[in-house]
Amino acid sequence: MIDWLAFTPWTSLAGGVLIGLAVAVFILFNGRISGISGILGGLLRPVQADLGWRLAFLGGLIVSPLLYALVSDLPEVEIEAGYWQLILAGLLVGIGTRYGSGCTSGHGICGIARLSPRSIVATVAFMLAGMLVVFFMRHILGA
Amino acid sequence: MPVITSLIAGLLFGFGLILSGMTNPAKVLGFLDISGRWDPSLMLVMLGALAVSFFAFRYAKKREKSLLNQAINLPVTKQIDRRLIIGSLLFGAGWGLAGYCPGPALTSLLSGNLAPVIFVLAMLAGMAVHEVMERRG
Repeated sequence: MIDWLAFTPWTSLAGGVLIGLAVAVFILFNGRISGISGILGGLLRPVQADLGWRLAFLGGLIVSPLLYALVSDLPEVEIEAGYWQLILAGLLVGIGTRYGSGCTSGHGICGIARLSPRSIVATVAFMLAGMLVVFFMRHILGA
Repeated sequence: MPVITSLIAGLLFGFGLILSGMTNPAKVLGFLDISGRWDPSLMLVMLGALAVSFFAFRYAKKREKSLLNQAINLPVTKQIDRRLIIGSLLFGAGWGLAGYCPGPALTSLLSGNLAPVIFVLAMLAGMAVHEVMERRG
């Protein structure tokens, strides 16, 4: 059943187009894939020549809400997870994205846009796992 | 120059995540909750992003060098192996547990909430664990 009150087709589509433009800028100018777990994780294996663009991309992400807030209100945020849940989630996301070579951006957007079978399999796998965990938490544990 | 275009890409990416609603973990969980009250917004984020990036990659593949004369680094691995699937399943489980993936979590670091800070620190710890395991072979 679709939650029509929560569904934001137009702003989500427009936000998606902006993400697509970011991906386009990064591949066309820098010749690189906008895979955020890869850009961040690469800092743990530092290569002098890569440091600048990695930090610039991540810095852009981190300061983007400050610039966004100058033009428009930031959307409301609801966080349901408690601290232990956030820690476990972060560990899983950190290990999983590095072991599986990508996350929602690298596999889900860049990989699918390149029609990479590998990324399509990865995206199906992480979406299924996410859906199963949410099903278990919300409808079995009732948390 | 590459540092400036990288910063622009990061900023645009962040604006997109904010505008699309993806920095709100409840909205991401609403997408993953297919048997409950389902919020399909994330599908449209992907659709918008894919529509633009599909053409960008098609054009990039035809070029030898980027517009700034940088090497074009497209992934070369083709195998669908255990690492890809197990890694993606672990990532998905963590994603479903809190509603954060790496991009939105970083974009939320300065929001004043403690939650994304805790998540990002744990994520870095997870990445470091992977790094150590890799180096040990």
